[in-house]
Amino acid sequence: MRHIISLLMENEAGALSRVAGLFSARGYNIESLTVAPTEDATMSRMTIVTSGSDDVIEQINKQLNKLVEVVAVMDMNEGEHLERELMLVKVRAEGAAREEMKRMADIFRGRIIDVADQFYTIELTGAGSKLDSFLQAIDRSLILETVRTGACGIGRGKRILKL
Amino acid sequence: MELTGAEIAIRCLQEEGVEYVFGYPGGAVLFIYDALFNQDKIKHILVRHEQAAVHAADGYSRSTEKVGVALVTSGPGATNAVTGIATAYMDSIPLVIISGQVSSSFIGEDAFQEVDTVGITRPCVKHNFLVKDVKDLAATLKKAFYLAKSGRPGPVLVDIPKDVSNMKAEFSYPQLTAIRSYNPPTHGDVAQIKQAAQLLLDAKRPMVYTGGGVVLSGASRHLLDLAHLLGFPVTNTLMGLGGYPATDKQFVGMVGMHGTYEANMAMHHCDVLLAVGARFDDRVIGNVQHFSQVPRKIIHVDIDPSSIAKRVKVDVAIVGDVAHVLGDLLAVLHGSKQKVDQAALAAWWKQIDEWRSKNCMVFKNSDEVIKPQYVIQKLHEITGGDAFITSDVGQHQMWAAQYYKFNQPRRWINSGGLGTMGFGLPAAMGVQLAHPGATVACVTGEGSIQMNIQELSTCKQFRLPIKIVALNNRYLGMVRQWQEFFHGNRYSESYMDALPDFVKLAEAYGHVGMRIEKPSDVEPALKEAFARKDDLVFLDFKTDQTENVFPMVPGGKGLSEVILAEDL
Repeated sequence: MRHIISLLMENEAGALSRVAGLFSARGYNIESLTVAPTEDATMSRMTIVTSGSDDVIEQINKQLNKLVEVVAVMDMNEGEHLERELMLVKVRAEGAAREEMKRMADIFRGRIIDVADQFYTIELTGAGSKLDSFLQAIDRSLILETVRTGACGIGRGKRILKL
Repeated sequence: MELTGAEIAIRCLQEEGVEYVFGYPGGAVLFIYDALFNQDKIKHILVRHEQAAVHAADGYSRSTEKVGVALVTSGPGATNAVTGIATAYMDSIPLVIISGQVSSSFIGEDAFQEVDTVGITRPCVKHNFLVKDVKDLAATLKKAFYLAKSGRPGPVLVDIPKDVSNMKAEFSYPQLTAIRSYNPPTHGDVAQIKQAAQLLLDAKRPMVYTGGGVVLSGASRHLLDLAHLLGFPVTNTLMGLGGYPATDKQFVGMVGMHGTYEANMAMHHCDVLLAVGARFDDRVIGNVQHFSQVPRKIIHVDIDPSSIAKRVKVDVAIVGDVAHVLGDLLAVLHGSKQKVDQAALAAWWKQIDEWRSKNCMVFKNSDEVIKPQYVIQKLHEITGGDAFITSDVGQHQMWAAQYYKFNQPRRWINSGGLGTMGFGLPAAMGVQLAHPGATVACVTGEGSIQMNIQELSTCKQFRLPIKIVALNNRYLGMVRQWQEFFHGNRYSESYMDALPDFVKLAEAYGHVGMRIEKPSDVEPALKEAFARKDDLVFLDFKTDQTENVFPMVPGGKGLSEVILAEDL
């Protein structure tokens, strides 16, 4: 099953490689991994999207906790949570397709952030599945380039990952 | 007071009470060696290869419970140390390894003797550091020692660029400030401990299975008290030997691939299993599915949560330091009104005694050719069962584990997890230095000993009177055994040809060498060797070429599918 695991770690050089190395060394999947500093400059927050059986996910959580630089780990799937991902898509937008592309972007609550003669660049945010749906909804042959950040997650309401 | 980085490093080691540093100099650590030269508190042991430095520090640590320290240079110094580091990591041995690194300004430029030491060692250390600022050096070393020995112990590497070791900073050895991301558990959860006690009291066919965690935690006394209070059978893993006295009547021998028939059968058929500081390794329980098909309740005590439910599902998980948890468990059991079901326990012991009566460790001795098991039995006899025994890896290791009855922890020193050939001799050096007057023997084979044979020179320099007991069968015996069983007797590259004359070799290094070819000479030779208190003696026993290690649970099989010598 797909899990979103969030963790806080010391903002030290090499901390990312410890996490990435752990996943490859133990044969765990990584669907996506994002990392950025938090409001506390000494800590980074990482979101890992992975998949595996319950046993594997349990091991992943334990192994992450075992890393000396990892401050806290939360498996988002253990409770209510929100998931968001940002995607930028560059599409061919000419003739009739130009208007159609604008409509599709509106339907998916996307924004056109760059307009050129033949191209649009569309910004979309949402759960990964919504971004997938957008890519399926438009004419595939018009897609020139996509770039996605990978998911980040946050608990709903009182679920807070903080030191 | 302002000191250079090198001086700070040495002062830190002094503050930590380090007696010995095992190392090898080189360009990147010249300032540190200079600082070593200018003091006399710490003794440096110059090895002949960096792998041996780490194994020696490891042997020192295993035999004392102190942190072992190794010092190596950058590049090849660090890469040579990697096998030693991985060995210590797999067996959870607390070490601090200081490696030199090229100067900060050269890092990333493929400089001479540059390698990404932090990157290379990352998967086989508990943690590692690259010190970028001399001002951080003392605090980093303080953390390194704390991390190495606390929680589940392990090796910690500190990489120091050459320029950092020459820059100056104000020195005061820091107090340890808490590491917010690192909180090793101590006491186990009380409710879980009570639940465990209840399961133990309700058990009809109980079994206690303990590993290296008991030795590392210093919990042998608690384990003995617990076992005697309950009257349950006890088995040890290879790493756990000595954690429970081998001559105690409740001890059923080692468990696992080459464990006793009774230990393996009892592990398989028990209804409540108390696992303490052990991790259900593949060499211990064999096939997981086979093991798990028998319904039994498992209580697992371990300091590392990731060791629990990694290979087998458990019913009661207790995360904590083994000594603390066993102490608390004893208190709960003492306070309980309920007693163990003595009738059920008697029936269970009757079953175990039936398995015992197979006498699975009996081997056919010979007047013609030296049986390796016989050598170990005599070694046990002549050393009064009280020596420190290090070993290499292979058949000789298993025979030493099976036939040398360890009654005390920290006497059996071997590479259990990584299975590192070449471990035995350098580990023995560390043990001998830690226990100058003690009897130290390295049980080895003609294959393993050659992997760090150069250390005979170190032994000469530091007058280490180790007794090397080489079971020389002219084969890589364990490889040959597997080829016999699983590869149609095709002995691919497992025969050792062109062996050196080990007697002359020992003599060339300035030691005493003895060759023993007849069974009747085994005992006199051992007696003579161990009487030479000041000499390293290399005993080259020409043993039976085709002897196999039994019992044996073949790879992929279950514990009850064990093969005994008599089956063949």
